Amino acid sequence: MTLLDLLLEPLSYDFMVRALVTTVVAAVVCAVLSCWLVLIGWSLLGDAVSHAVLPGVVIAYVFGLPFGVGAVVFGFLAVGLIGAIRSTSRVKEDAVIGIVFTTLFALGLVLISVVPSQTDLNHIIFGNILGISQSDQLQIGVLAAVALVVLLVKRRDLTLYAFDPVHAHAIGLSPRRLGGLLLGVLALTAVVALQVVGVILVVAMLIIPGATAYLLTDRFTRMLWIAPLLSATSSVIGIYLSYWLDAASGGLVVVTQGVTFGLVHLFGPRRGLVPTYLASWSRRAVANG
Amino acid sequence: MTAAIEVSGLSVRYGEIRALEDVDLKLDAGRVTGLIGMNGSGKSTLFKAMMGIVRPDQGEVRIAGRTAAEARKHGTIAYVPQSEDVDWNFPVSVHDVVMMGRYSHLGWTRRPGRADRVAVAEALDRVELSEYAGRQIGQLSGGQRRRAFVARGIAQEAGILFLDEPFAGVDKRSEATIVRLLRELAADGRTILVSTHDLHALPELADEAILLLRRILFQGSVSEALRPESLARCFGLDPLEQDAVS
Repeated sequence: MTLLDLLLEPLSYDFMVRALVTTVVAAVVCAVLSCWLVLIGWSLLGDAVSHAVLPGVVIAYVFGLPFGVGAVVFGFLAVGLIGAIRSTSRVKEDAVIGIVFTTLFALGLVLISVVPSQTDLNHIIFGNILGISQSDQLQIGVLAAVALVVLLVKRRDLTLYAFDPVHAHAIGLSPRRLGGLLLGVLALTAVVALQVVGVILVVAMLIIPGATAYLLTDRFTRMLWIAPLLSATSSVIGIYLSYWLDAASGGLVVVTQGVTFGLVHLFGPRRGLVPTYLASWSRRAVANG
Repeated sequence: MTAAIEVSGLSVRYGEIRALEDVDLKLDAGRVTGLIGMNGSGKSTLFKAMMGIVRPDQGEVRIAGRTAAEARKHGTIAYVPQSEDVDWNFPVSVHDVVMMGRYSHLGWTRRPGRADRVAVAEALDRVELSEYAGRQIGQLSGGQRRRAFVARGIAQEAGILFLDEPFAGVDKRSEATIVRLLRELAADGRTILVSTHDLHALPELADEAILLLRRILFQGSVSEALRPESLARCFGLDPLEQDAVS
């Protein structure tokens, strides 16, 4: 069997083609969003919101609504609760975030256990990219398109918000509204990604690509290209690995992304540990004659 | 003529803590004013209240005859933040930062046009940073960083410029460059308010000084502000003010 056969054989299955297409779509939109999340310092919040949307998704399923609606409602509910508890108690913010998102996530688990359903709602938790249906795929496509368009059209404002919210305010923009916009997109994106890797691992797709790109460039516009390219590539590799190894696809997508981050951190041309060490070693060697 | 900034009876509270009490203030165009006070004296709160970021409990702020909210929409005030409030590793270039000053003039996608690029180039030229336009913002020296943010204010076409501790961590030569630049910008008719602990730069820099300790202790000439007895009150060394400080 040649390498080409290894690459092409999976594509003879419809479910693999659907899985690959959906994964790339999710990887791209998550990666673009992650560029802002890692710069603002919203990684923990991303984790919280991506877990907290679970009950919203289940309730939307029960009422036959699009998953995105339930997710956005619960995404904002989570952030609202975090803000409200933070400002009315002496508990520190990280603890408040921990309380709110685990409670909402647990509520989601309870709802899943009592809702009778033909499709296995457990797939929401662990992802089920190989079994994704056409209607799921359509929904993912629409949500991803909405999220991506909003992010790209408002990218300059969002970057200003991330860099200097005081200046944003001083020139008449509303940092609150921009933060809210980003949160809404975060909730939508969580729905897109949870179909691929499941609720638990969504946060990986929302953090790793942006963080990896940040190690590679000093230009935000370049981050917006590097992050989705790396994320899509490593996700596709993850899906192939899961096919060849017959192992969990969501898990392998995230492991591949994490390994990519590790490689960039070690060997990246600008800030990689190994090139930096070698450069200082050769400088010392020269200095010592 | 209306004053560039007029603050009357301004009080700001954060919960139980009184940050500013009954502040009256008038700043005229074309002048540089030094805002002197120790940490926690309310300097940053005063800036934020005048920019409409902090809501006052009492009192009123008028910017060029407008409310703070209206002035915001017109991009009247430019703010040069304290060094520690900026993420210097953020992946933006000097040019990108200065372009952010143009956003109040741009449509809702903030797509810059030729006029905006010209304005940014002129602003960078004015602060003598043209050759550094492509650098990541953190790769500038302390003084150059401050000038880059001043350039943002110039590109913004703001009539009022606030600088929060612009001389902290800046060497003497860069400090002199910034002082000269601010004097020129004031000569063009801008209103400039600079918070600083750097008292020896003050006579060169400022036309007048304000001493702040939650209230305005003094507004007037720099030489009077720098008298030991005025400074003692401002920095809480006066026995009468000890309670207020601790």
